[in-house]
Amino acid sequence: MDSPLVIDVEGISKRFGGRTVVDNIPMQVRRGEIYGFLGPNGSGKTTFLRMLCGLLIPDGGSGRCLGLDIRTEAAKIKKQVGYMTQRFSFYEDLTLEENLDFIARIYGVSRRKEAVEKSLERLGMTARRRQMAGSLSGGWKQRLALSACLIHEPQLLLLDEPTAGVDPKARREFWEQIHQLAASGLTALVTTHYMDEAERCHRLAYIAYGRLLARGTVGEVVAAGGLSTWQVAGPDLPALAEHLRALPAVEQVVAFGATLHVSGRDAARLRSSLMPVMTPGHRWEEIEPGLEDVFISLMDAAKDNFV
Amino acid sequence: MVSKEFIQMRRDRVTFAMMIGIPMIQLILFGFAINSDPKHLPTAVYSADNSVFSRTLVWALRNSSYFDIVREPRNEGEIQRMLAQGSVQFAVHIPVDFSRKLLRGEQPELLLEADATDPSAVGFAISAINSLTQSVLNRDLTGPLNRLRPSPAPFRLVTHPHYNPENITQYNIVPGLMGVMLTMTMVMITALAITRERERGTMENLLSTPVHPGEVILGKIVPYIAVGYVQVFLILLASKYLFHVPIVGSVPLLLSLVLLFITANLAVGIMFSTVAKNQLQAVQMAFFFFLPSLLLSGYMFPFRGMPLWAQRIGEVLPLTHFLRVVRGILLKGNGLSEIARDLWPIALFALGMVALGIKRYRQTLD
Ligand SMILES: Nc1ncnc2c1ncn2[C@@H]1O[C@H](COP(=O)(O)OP(=O)(O)O)[C@@H](O)[C@H]1O
Ligand SMILES: [Mg+2]
Repeated sequence: MDSPLVIDVEGISKRFGGRTVVDNIPMQVRRGEIYGFLGPNGSGKTTFLRMLCGLLIPDGGSGRCLGLDIRTEAAKIKKQVGYMTQRFSFYEDLTLEENLDFIARIYGVSRRKEAVEKSLERLGMTARRRQMAGSLSGGWKQRLALSACLIHEPQLLLLDEPTAGVDPKARREFWEQIHQLAASGLTALVTTHYMDEAERCHRLAYIAYGRLLARGTVGEVVAAGGLSTWQVAGPDLPALAEHLRALPAVEQVVAFGATLHVSGRDAARLRSSLMPVMTPGHRWEEIEPGLEDVFISLMDAAKDNFV
Repeated sequence: MVSKEFIQMRRDRVTFAMMIGIPMIQLILFGFAINSDPKHLPTAVYSADNSVFSRTLVWALRNSSYFDIVREPRNEGEIQRMLAQGSVQFAVHIPVDFSRKLLRGEQPELLLEADATDPSAVGFAISAINSLTQSVLNRDLTGPLNRLRPSPAPFRLVTHPHYNPENITQYNIVPGLMGVMLTMTMVMITALAITRERERGTMENLLSTPVHPGEVILGKIVPYIAVGYVQVFLILLASKYLFHVPIVGSVPLLLSLVLLFITANLAVGIMFSTVAKNQLQAVQMAFFFFLPSLLLSGYMFPFRGMPLWAQRIGEVLPLTHFLRVVRGILLKGNGLSEIARDLWPIALFALGMVALGIKRYRQTLD
């Protein structure tokens, strides 16, 4: 049996000054799921999250969050949601502890002192409790923000680029924690630009220009992209890339480290285009397309359709 | 570098408008509204002697352009009330036996009572009436009465400058300073308070919590009320021990009314902070409000010296009324009944600002 839907939106829209920033985006997220939300900058992710927790009112469409109407029951939703803003939004001139205490008070957390103590401990911040929030490094700021989001024991976490500007070790720890929380029944909607993070999500949605382009598990998204991809390694890749782009059925050529990913949606034609250039100087190999290959292809297609 | 500054200046429309607007306002206020030789001061005439002489006197006062006779009280008590309320600046009292004594050559007294809280408001008028005494009755003193013509003058002018008999400017300025300081700091601090939350991004976090807008605003206001009271205490102490201002009225009454005035100013600040996009704009708006308050309230220049349009604007500003309240209580010893007429305009202003602030306050980021 499926877990209940925590986010259930058929499609909501938001316009700013005549420009549609979120265009009828749907979303269904189940309890205990970690849901990845991806898309280029300015594609409307933050705006969508803000509509979910009542910070913005949708111009069109409606939906439910934790079983509550996002238009009319925002106040109730706010009590059960932990929203981590994209930009650090705590008081830089308060200490860690004071910030947590303030948030706990606002949520009316019972046994506040204990709750603050617990979240300081859980995040390993007890030693830094008296440090001003403004003087923390990116990783610590992110930990503070996360523990502040958790202090009122919410049902749903909305995390807006929580790992931007955070070092890899802190990122790994962060994701481990998210998985632990999810295992205990918490639901998380996380926006990110990192592919490795996207792959750690149970399911994900990819949007661009305010529209949903793909959603599902990583496997489903990749399969739906319908892409076949070849990887090339060897000398003079930039020149080769130039040459490959001109070939029929080659839709994208993307540099990945010391290799190129050459993709197209028509597998047979792609293969016949590439055959003549597969010289022994380079190593060619047909691979499973990655998320990134698929997203780039989706973006290009979207650009042609919408712009 | 310079061209980048100009581009940014042009982008920030409000700042740009303020940079042009503030000097313009200063120009207009200093150029047109301020007049240090106030005329047409409201005057009450209480004439217990109905004679040709008293009528000539009244006529001469009217003609002097310094006195506008607006009231004709029926007894001494009414005169005192009018002066206390500030509804008249002067009261001329012609005693019962004025004409009889005058005819007998006994040099009767003509009593001029002045509300001298602001010495600069009454100085010119008093010298004008002084020069009147010599010649005013010449027209009536003809024929056999010719012998009464000066010199010496046919009657003596006695001036009673009430409330500040020694014309000490500090007595007027120092209590007024209380209002000026409160206006300046209260508006500025609250205008910044909410704008700062928005600028630092903490507003988004606040709005995502279940906190009620009323709590946010109250939370912003309450600490500053306390700050306001600290200022009031400091000024009261300085008034008493540093400047030796005579404190005639009830300090507890003043302290309780200060709350109304502080609230009005905090409401202005909150209203500004819902409009301002950044802290700079908030500061500019506060200044925009402070400037006319300072110049048109009667603090720097006598209120009645200003043209009518400037007085109208002044009447809207809470500082104008608060100055009358503070000076009324401290210098005149006024009670609630005399100052009530200056309380409701402050309350009305505060209500208006709160309403605007609530209307503009957004619970969302829209
Ligand atoms: N309050 C606003 N007013 C006007 N435009 C906005 C506002 N908020 C966001 N936008 C615009 O909406 C688009 C989507 O922004 P956002 O939701 O922040 O995207 P993302 O989080 O995916 O980067 C951007 O082009 C941005 O400029
Ligand atoms: Mg964003």
